[in-house]
Amino acid sequence: MVQIFHPGADTVARVILASIGAAPVLAVGLAYTLWRSPYATAQDVTREQPVPFSHEHHVGGLGIDCRYCHTSVEKAAFAGIPPTETCMSCHSQEWTNAPMLAPVRQSLAEGRPLIWNRVHNLPAYVYFNHAVHVAKGLGCSTCHGPVQTMKLMRQSAPLTMGWCLDCHRDPAPNLRPHEAVFDMTWKPPADQAVIGARFMEERSIKSPERLSECSICHR
Amino acid sequence: MSGPAQPHRWIDRDRLGYGEICAAVADPIQRRGPGRAWVIAFLGVMPLVLATVVAIGAVLTVGIGLSGVNTTVVWGFSIANYVWWIGIGNAGTLISSMLLLTRQHWRASINRFAEAMTLFAAAIAGIFPIIHLGRPLYSYWLAPYPNTMDLWPQWRSALVWDFWAILSYLLFSLIFWFTGLLPDLATMRDRARSRMGRRIYGAMALGWRGSARHWAAYETFHKTMAALAVPLVCSVHSIVGLDFAASLMPGWQESIFPPYFVVGAMYSGFAMVVVLAIVIRWGLNLQAVITPSHFDAMAKVMLFASLVMTISYATEWFMGWYGGEHADRTVISYFFTGDYRWLYYSLLFCNCLAPQALWFARVRLNLWALAIISIVINLGMWLERILIVWNTLSHGHAVSLWRTYHVSVYDVVILIAPLGLFAFGFLVLARIFPIVSIHEVSQLAHDEGAARRGTA
Repeated sequence: MVQIFHPGADTVARVILASIGAAPVLAVGLAYTLWRSPYATAQDVTREQPVPFSHEHHVGGLGIDCRYCHTSVEKAAFAGIPPTETCMSCHSQEWTNAPMLAPVRQSLAEGRPLIWNRVHNLPAYVYFNHAVHVAKGLGCSTCHGPVQTMKLMRQSAPLTMGWCLDCHRDPAPNLRPHEAVFDMTWKPPADQAVIGARFMEERSIKSPERLSECSICHR
Repeated sequence: MSGPAQPHRWIDRDRLGYGEICAAVADPIQRRGPGRAWVIAFLGVMPLVLATVVAIGAVLTVGIGLSGVNTTVVWGFSIANYVWWIGIGNAGTLISSMLLLTRQHWRASINRFAEAMTLFAAAIAGIFPIIHLGRPLYSYWLAPYPNTMDLWPQWRSALVWDFWAILSYLLFSLIFWFTGLLPDLATMRDRARSRMGRRIYGAMALGWRGSARHWAAYETFHKTMAALAVPLVCSVHSIVGLDFAASLMPGWQESIFPPYFVVGAMYSGFAMVVVLAIVIRWGLNLQAVITPSHFDAMAKVMLFASLVMTISYATEWFMGWYGGEHADRTVISYFFTGDYRWLYYSLLFCNCLAPQALWFARVRLNLWALAIISIVINLGMWLERILIVWNTLSHGHAVSLWRTYHVSVYDVVILIAPLGLFAFGFLVLARIFPIVSIHEVSQLAHDEGAARRGTA
């Protein structure tokens, strides 16, 4: 009888059989990588804004405190985006004719707020609260990164649920003295392990088990 | 038993050579066209296949509210259908493995399509928990995969047990079915006339040459798989039973549930095999290899299963009373006097009373009677599943929540339409693969002495 297959067919069959096993593993690996990449998380993506507001200039250069603009960060879930009047508290005197600031002046004249493009966007089913994090001694730079070096704002953390849980399961290494919360250059001291454990105790921070329950963030 | 006219118990022909067996099974696929009956059946099931796709599409776009479920009766047709289909899926592996291990050679004639039945039924069963989820788009959350949420499935959830039970059962059935098919695929390759046919069957036969070494490896592997299948077939339906028993509801929280579900599954599965065997025997003219003795043997298995089911029901009633729990007792009395009592009486008629006709050999050997009883059993087993869901949920612990179920059009569609999908699978399969195992029937013909003075 005539041969149906040429000698190479054996190799083809082996490769196909092996890929039946390998394909699901590789597919999971690809999905794993893709879902953690900036493509999915928007980590390190710099967003265009109506006015090119520079945190590098205002925070790093001029040393303005975070709370000067984000006024509700200690009291409310939302840190707050400043009204145009806050900008004008300086810019009615400084750079009054700069073309870059034309949208700000227009906003004030028309009484219509500037529409900024949101950089840190959590899903609606996550009830993130800034106030409690500040009150327990979590610093701005822990999540927002070195804002004082950013010309335009970018998201420095992946903001995945896994990233949230990393801290909720072990908050101690990130806890600061209250006065250091708004210090953009804070580095954990050598004895952070001891200090962190003490802060956990003093500030009645819940156990990692409690902090990683669903209802802590999803209500 | 077989009448005097039948020369061998399991082969209904004086002499049946290997060549004739090959021709009987393979020629309808390779030498002849589909035939009018096949075309009519195929066109007949297409609307049902379409209805299945539409129904699934509807639940994906509109939601679970299409079903008649409400805040009290939170489970409905989806769950009953799931249990029913997975039950049918159980008998294929039962026939293939348990009867193989207990050396019941007569299984050779029916095991191939029984295994295919398992495959299709388990695949259809797998659809129902997903469309019942309410958020079917997240059904992949049942799989443990490394995700950005740092979450793993809840191992205490019966839904996760279902996922593993169905997945492992489906994969196993597929491999087991394909293993048994290998020598036949080689036969198909060797009989194919077109080059394309030789290449396609040849590729699937994985280089089978029928050497002694191949057969030795095949026998070892097939028997080992069969031995693995027995605990698997018991586990899969035990887990379905635990979906109910692991809850705290009266009428569900019973330790009898896992074994009672396993027997129930085999019962309905055997009934389905009988129906399929009658249809396939007629459709493919396989009177020589599927003999009255086969139907006699399967009818006896069904009769035995019906007795076990009757005892299980009686045990349930007794334990409800003997346990003394108020909720359990009222649920049992609700079976007989409640809103669904007529369905419950129908169930008892279908599953306990009607099969008693199988005590008589004349009924066992009458294919019409056997077909009707098998369909009645399958109807009864579906009623059993829906009543397990409805009775308990309609009559739970909280009296203020007692409500009944109202069947929606969608419910009726997802009950009926998948039967068409099932038939569609079989019709396609019957045109591609040998629906009866050529090599095992040849072995049977040899053992029965029908193949002697080889006519091949």
